[in-house]
Amino acid sequence: MGKIPAPRSGPPPGGEAGGAPIGRRVFLAIVGIGAVGVVAGSRVQNAFDALLRPLQSADPTGLSSLIPSGGGFRFYTVTDGYPTKTAAEYRLTVDGLVDRPLTLGIEDLQAMAPTRLVRDFQCVTGWRVTGVHWEGVALSALLDRAGVQPGATALHFDSFDGTYTESLTLDQARRPDVIAAYSMLGGPVSTAHGGPVRLYVAPMYGYKSIKWLSRITVTDRVETGYWEQGGAYAVNGWVGNSNGRTDQPT
Amino acid sequence: MVGPISPPERPERNYVDSREPVAEISRFDRVERVVHWANALLFIVLIATGFTLYIGPLSLFVGRRDLVQTIHVYCGLALPVPVVAALAGRWGRGLRADLRRFNRWSSDDRGWLRAAASNRAEREARRSAVTVGKFNAGQKLNVAFTAGVIVVMLGTGVIMRWYSPWPLSWRTGATFVHDWLAIAAVAVVVGHIAYALSDPAAMRSMVRGTISRRWAEHHAPGWLAEDAVGSGAALTGTPGGPLSDPGTRSAQPAVWSAPAGADGRDATGRA
Repeated sequence: MGKIPAPRSGPPPGGEAGGAPIGRRVFLAIVGIGAVGVVAGSRVQNAFDALLRPLQSADPTGLSSLIPSGGGFRFYTVTDGYPTKTAAEYRLTVDGLVDRPLTLGIEDLQAMAPTRLVRDFQCVTGWRVTGVHWEGVALSALLDRAGVQPGATALHFDSFDGTYTESLTLDQARRPDVIAAYSMLGGPVSTAHGGPVRLYVAPMYGYKSIKWLSRITVTDRVETGYWEQGGAYAVNGWVGNSNGRTDQPT
Repeated sequence: MVGPISPPERPERNYVDSREPVAEISRFDRVERVVHWANALLFIVLIATGFTLYIGPLSLFVGRRDLVQTIHVYCGLALPVPVVAALAGRWGRGLRADLRRFNRWSSDDRGWLRAAASNRAEREARRSAVTVGKFNAGQKLNVAFTAGVIVVMLGTGVIMRWYSPWPLSWRTGATFVHDWLAIAAVAVVVGHIAYALSDPAAMRSMVRGTISRRWAEHHAPGWLAEDAVGSGAALTGTPGGPLSDPGTRSAQPAVWSAPAGADGRDATGRA
């Protein structure tokens, strides 16, 4: 039965003025994807990183580090710019509850028995650099040299940037994979990486590995560090077992 | 569906004939141009500083990370200001009108997109079968995408910069989104600039505000068919040129007087 269509008023569909608001939909779709990405992105990224990791460890060009979250270091500094000290002027102080307070230059550290590690560096924000070469002095060796007094339970670390601080318990610090590193990636620790000497706490997230290490103070209690206060990260920052993350241990 | 309308017979290129007085039509008003170039400047600074923060060797080369980061953050915060300020007042009439054009899609826009997606042999034929309005579908997508980019980059950037109130997984997610969307946005900006460079007349119109009627007949016939433009309201015209006087427009058969399509509608789909 043929019906006579009612006369249309207004612009008919199809013309631009009466067309569907696709522009708005595209805009809202991007905003929606962005919001979903913020909420679910860390999971996607973890899966993506796991996929990418074998590729990156076999990439001699380093180009894959340009892929987001793709295996390159990101440099953080909590002050204006990078604090700079040459190897010649660098000094590390060990004091607090010790029998023999120490002040060591870089050659003093290099004269001690070296510890070499090839371990991943995992940031609490998600990125990971695999198979980084590290070389330095085991903290336990430094502590033995200074002589830890009874009653000491923890270490407090200062950076010569004047702001960054960190802490470890004495037990954590005595692990063989916790070092004061003067070499990484096959050369001296660069300024951006926290040189001339930085801490490397292999089993913990990157923020525990304080950069521009200038002072180790043996204390009778744990003094929470910069990121534990400012970023509310875990004081015991074990990789994969803190900060609500499930990364593979380094 | 609007029936296919055969394009006017004219050479593909050299549509500006210097022997004729060239009528100029207002394409972008002053506010729109200021918004465009303010956005362009902010995007360029954001891309440059973003690259500096992101690419390790470049980061080391430039140094002064604090300063670079501060510039990046404040330019990011400033990103929505030009558009919002332009839309806030009476002066934003032109921009609002164009936003309506960007938003609404005709069947011709879908046809244009299908043409763009088709292979080289079919593209020209398909493209000539559609009547493009003031903006083609690619330009419409660019605007919608860029608007989305501004909002998402701003939101994720704020989470990254002022991180303490947010759950850790959100910070990671925000970084993830910020990084990937930045790559997409840079690709789109590069494409946008490449298209602009390939059409100097269109690019100049973002500086001067006007474009030749011949350009519009070729690239945006549906725009000329709009009432305000076709009636000469937007004409600025070379003095004495035949097209500067709205009363003489019938002397020049342009697409705005194109024959009605098979279903009795003209190029814009008006019955």
